Amino acid sequence: MSLAIATSSATAQQNWLEKLGAGHIILGAALVLYPLVASDFFLTQIGGYSLIFGMLGLSLMLLAGYGGMVSLAQITVAGIAAYAIAILGNNNSNILGFGWPWWLAVPFALLAAALASALIGWISVRTEGIYTIMITLAIATATYYFAQQNYAIFNGHSGYAGIRAPVFWGVNWRDPRPFYYLCLGLAVLSYAAVLYGSRSTFGMTLQAIRDNPRRMRALGYHVTAHKVFAWLLAGVIAGLAGVLLVWFNGRVSPGTIGVDAAIDVLIIAVIGGLRHPIGPFLGAVVVILMQTFAIDIVGAERFNTLIGMVFLVIVFVSQDGILGLWGRIKPHLAQESLRPGP
Amino acid sequence: MRMHRRTVLALAVFTGLTAPSMALAADDTIKIGLLATFEGPFKVLGEDSERGAMTAVEEVGGKVAGKKIEIVKGSSDASPDSAVRAARKLVEQDGVKVLVGPLSGDEGLAVKDYAKTQPNVTFINGTSAAQDTTLRNPAENFFRFSTDGAQWMAGLGTYAFKDKGYKKVATVAEDYSFPYTQVFGFMAEFCKAGGHVPSKSWVPIGNKDFSSVIAAIPEGVDAIYVALGGADAVNFLTQYQQSGGTAPLIGGSITVDQTVLTSKGKLKDVLKGTPSAGPTADTNDAPAWKAFVEAYKKQPGAFPSPSLFAHGYYVDMKATLLGLDQVGGDVSDGGKKLRDALSKLSFDTPTGKVSLDKNRNAIADIFLTEVTEGADGNLLNKLVKVVPQVNQTLGIPEDEFMKLGAVNRDNPSCP
Repeated sequence: MSLAIATSSATAQQNWLEKLGAGHIILGAALVLYPLVASDFFLTQIGGYSLIFGMLGLSLMLLAGYGGMVSLAQITVAGIAAYAIAILGNNNSNILGFGWPWWLAVPFALLAAALASALIGWISVRTEGIYTIMITLAIATATYYFAQQNYAIFNGHSGYAGIRAPVFWGVNWRDPRPFYYLCLGLAVLSYAAVLYGSRSTFGMTLQAIRDNPRRMRALGYHVTAHKVFAWLLAGVIAGLAGVLLVWFNGRVSPGTIGVDAAIDVLIIAVIGGLRHPIGPFLGAVVVILMQTFAIDIVGAERFNTLIGMVFLVIVFVSQDGILGLWGRIKPHLAQESLRPGP
Repeated sequence: MRMHRRTVLALAVFTGLTAPSMALAADDTIKIGLLATFEGPFKVLGEDSERGAMTAVEEVGGKVAGKKIEIVKGSSDASPDSAVRAARKLVEQDGVKVLVGPLSGDEGLAVKDYAKTQPNVTFINGTSAAQDTTLRNPAENFFRFSTDGAQWMAGLGTYAFKDKGYKKVATVAEDYSFPYTQVFGFMAEFCKAGGHVPSKSWVPIGNKDFSSVIAAIPEGVDAIYVALGGADAVNFLTQYQQSGGTAPLIGGSITVDQTVLTSKGKLKDVLKGTPSAGPTADTNDAPAWKAFVEAYKKQPGAFPSPSLFAHGYYVDMKATLLGLDQVGGDVSDGGKKLRDALSKLSFDTPTGKVSLDKNRNAIADIFLTEVTEGADGNLLNKLVKVVPQVNQTLGIPEDEFMKLGAVNRDNPSCP
């Protein structure tokens, strides 16, 4: 009897492990142990920053991969959360700054980001393909210029400075290690949520809408509502990234949400691949590493050319970014392992 | 087998991420960070600043106190975020203890804030010239041997009012801290002399279409004061000329700088005779300046005459090297000795004597200039007058100066 229970619990455990997958476990362990070998710079400027931009890419992947809606406004949504933190919390720019504690400011910032995202979605779901890109690009550009020229709310070109990450449980969450784990925790949470959500009823419906909206409408589904809800969810993830970004930089200015940054997010998602939620994180690591170290490789004059060339090569070789590359290599590896040993 | 491959892959990614952090500096070299705008709208300016800094390095044969100088470059796009990110990389990853830069106003304010979190690193300005980088709430370890944007305007407001006879002037400037500082410096004198500024237009950096700005310039102004930099200045001037504008111009320090004067096109007719002021004058006869120009011209791609950015980075890099020389290249004490030496430093630059005030901001000579065509057809800034030893409060007692308030788009005002 007791033996039977033990076996069944063992099987359950095994199932759980199998469900998680060897890849996830190894990757997770590597990411958790990463601080043991990485310097502070690699922990935050590369690790933390990649996770933040990975989350931004993830929010785009959710919309583009499952919903077929390519958005250039994800950094705008993140920016709204970042500005909300600066305005609701403390800053040293002598403008606004209501001094709310973080546990009050963060939910409001996320709410603002989610609502803004839903609004952007509601405006753009009536369009398809390239027109969605154009509308979201227009929204991103308009928000950038508005932030640049509005002094009452956004404090113009200089934006807000002196924003501090919270200190609680005796930990300063902007110190390298805590900040890295904070980013990692939230990134894993978002990643798991997207992975789970994609297999949920809503996720399936969204993917069906992507493939054939007319049939779904005929079946009685509210297509627009589903799409706008996807925007709302993407807004929460982008908002989380925005909060982390403003804690990371300690400041936010229109440059943070400029068109360059908007395109960076798209590049990250495309380089990484849009088929699976892990893609944007891979893309973020490659893009951040390139942007940080290209200047050491080719000098100050031509480093942007090198960055561009690398992206060109990745997209040229594989239509689905790094994920696509993996997809091509994997069958070869599997075949090799099937061969009899020597 | 597959498991094994994945492990190898994970390890490869892992070491790839950490390996670069293991680079170590050798004992007989000294690393100096050089932060400038090598991308974005101020790219041309950033490249010339590098020439200036390298002129100073080559002047000492690439060695200071017996140690080889290693320059590590960081690039920003003139936005404060990118400047701090580049500074962080230089300090936290490349491990520089001395950093020269940044180039632009808001970048300077942001890097000053970052400097406060790195008390063991010594920051020496590049050419960023916003007033509050050193005037209000300064950082103990941030030094500026290249004066600020208001200082650069010394003498110009009075000259425009008295000698040129301009009574009403409209301003067009970029919308950030450095042009605010320049407009402040110009108006401080111009308004005091009795002039009026009925309209001030602020345009975003990297603006392409100036038609609405040009349309908004009021009728009947005697001149337009333009404080735009790099591509922005060229775009505005071209479009102003095409729209048939004829009002004479008054130039901000970087508007009639070599980075703009050397640009192709029909700007010559518009720019000739434009008065301006700044830390340099192309036709300066002083032997020290001439020697500097010759040394500068050896740099690849140099302009006919060094721009303000080449000059500023030269002065700041030179100060850095003099400071390092005094302490024997020793920054092992967290740079304390170096900072003491820098605070007391007073030296002769190609543009006269430079020393620091209590906020570690430079006191230096400023040059009143006018654009003329040189013998070879190049446009040059002809020296009109030298304003000796201008300090950050423009000769006004400090408490009185502070009462004028922080510079912004609305301060000062004299419509």
